Amino acid sequence: MDYERLKISLVKAGRALWGTFPVLLGAILLIALADSFIPQELYASLFSGNPFIDPIVGSILGSIFAGNPSTSYILGGELVDSGVSLLAVTAFLVSWVTVGVVQFPAEALLLGKRFALSRNIAAFLFSIIVAIAVSSVVGAW
Amino acid sequence: MVSEKSNSGWYFLLAVLALYLIAYLFSSEKVFSSLDFFSALILKLLPIFVLIFALLAFANYFVKPKTLAAHMGHDSGLKGWSIAVLTGIISTGPIYMWYPLLNDMQRHGVRNGLLSAFLYARAVKVPLFPVLILYFGLTYTVLLSAAIIVAAPLQGMLTEKLMELFGNENSRIV
Repeated sequence: MDYERLKISLVKAGRALWGTFPVLLGAILLIALADSFIPQELYASLFSGNPFIDPIVGSILGSIFAGNPSTSYILGGELVDSGVSLLAVTAFLVSWVTVGVVQFPAEALLLGKRFALSRNIAAFLFSIIVAIAVSSVVGAW
Repeated sequence: MVSEKSNSGWYFLLAVLALYLIAYLFSSEKVFSSLDFFSALILKLLPIFVLIFALLAFANYFVKPKTLAAHMGHDSGLKGWSIAVLTGIISTGPIYMWYPLLNDMQRHGVRNGLLSAFLYARAVKVPLFPVLILYFGLTYTVLLSAAIIVAAPLQGMLTEKLMELFGNENSRIV
């Protein structure tokens, strides 16, 4: 093993992580703030029952809220039980993990504004496409 | 392109702290609840920080930029997409924890579409399948996962098309 190269690699890794440290810390603080200030009861009240608008609402909500995906599964299950369509809930579940409004500043700072904007728009659109595909196959649309 | 010594990250952190101060004026209780949530999250994320540090050091030691570009560069084709989707599925932790590694890969010539596909494929959460099955059933879980796997490369390609549409500037701080 080349110890000099290993040392350089460790220093480089440390520098890379330190360079992203304030951004990661800021992103985690933002997520924590959103978690406390946005009531979970808000979710169900925003769906109108319109089959065209609800998937978009689902995607918007999933994009805004952040947290562990298992939370979105539990919330999604409750939304289905309260009468929200599977199409809207699927869009919500997919965008929860793939689109990040709260994380956007961190993503833009570390991976570039153009990349972050393009990726989030594409992920938003695909959350609806995936929801339509899945709901069509299971016969819920 | 913003210089390597940019302070944007620290300004961002200061802006978030200012937001906490404003939020404190509205509800100190919720701010303390946020800080509790934050400290719990940090403790939970510590092992992932170590993993990312190890992956960064490993990549710096073993992977040469030329090799990375050959496997995940513009001409990587199906192999590149497959690597992006598979590594996305097996990656753990929140999305933002992967930004430092992806930043490193981006600087070494990895295709943006592959980075985007990696982030999209992370929606397939294998360890959480039992929860998803419990709430939505096995058929739904299989279908949703398959749809996300198929969509990931397409979403990556759309990301690249949109990037072309938005122009050449892709400023980042490091």
